[in-house]
Amino acid sequence: MRRVAEWATTATLAFVVFLVLASFTGRWGVWAPDELLAGGVIALLVGLATGRFAWSRGGWRLLEPQRWLLFLVYLVGPFLYAMARANLDVAWRVITGRINPGIVRFNPGLRTDFGRTFLANSITLTPGTLTVDVDEGSGDFFVHWINVKDPLPTADAVCGPFPEWARRIAE
Amino acid sequence: MNGLIYAFLAIGAAFNALGAVALIRFPDVYTRIHGATKCTTFGSIFSILAVAVYGIAQGGGAGGTMAVRAFLALLFLLLTNPTGSHALARGAHRSGIKPFRAVVDRLEEVGHGHREVP
Repeated sequence: MRRVAEWATTATLAFVVFLVLASFTGRWGVWAPDELLAGGVIALLVGLATGRFAWSRGGWRLLEPQRWLLFLVYLVGPFLYAMARANLDVAWRVITGRINPGIVRFNPGLRTDFGRTFLANSITLTPGTLTVDVDEGSGDFFVHWINVKDPLPTADAVCGPFPEWARRIAE
Repeated sequence: MNGLIYAFLAIGAAFNALGAVALIRFPDVYTRIHGATKCTTFGSIFSILAVAVYGIAQGGGAGGTMAVRAFLALLFLLLTNPTGSHALARGAHRSGIKPFRAVVDRLEEVGHGHREVP
């Protein structure tokens, strides 16, 4: 039963994404009937293939709508600001060649797979920091930092407010 | 509207060019990943925004499709880019490439077998 729910939910989400992709394409309402059929088949295949992985270890709470709202706020607010600032910083380092690289270790205290993936992706998308590995047991992050200010940093020193937001959105 | 599109395209092209320069300037695989994937992501975001604005300005069915698909491309770029660069960096470290001129390398100290030892 749980397996069926898993793949049905994944297939539904995939179908919603397809509806957005195929919007404005047909004369029959907004979508053309053959497009809907193709989208349904593809969404089912996607659900069967990935449903098992998507919802393990507390993934169900991702369906709560307030988390999606928080995610949007995070994306256009703190994340975009940090990314733009870091981009200018790295652009300056490209031009001047001033780098001080190293791989540092810190523990942001996240427990779920999704929270860790969320934080790792946020860190990697921000220029200047790159997640090389995550210890799945203890939750330690190994991050390649282009300008090491402190060889034993706290999570805040490397990625600012990201762990707090990852906890709010994903845990 | 045209001015906005040109501004987005100019910013996008500038950051993509910086990414290309980073490939030459930086010394090893990790720092090059910083330059070549992050700067180009930021550049591509602005290029895609230019396409989206163009689509909205065109209006109608075709313009709407263009804008919606541009935003979807942006979303998938934001999802796949960090995954890809993480896979590259992890693969490089596991195959024994040391970060050049690194001041610290905590992952080397722990080793890759750290998963088995709690």
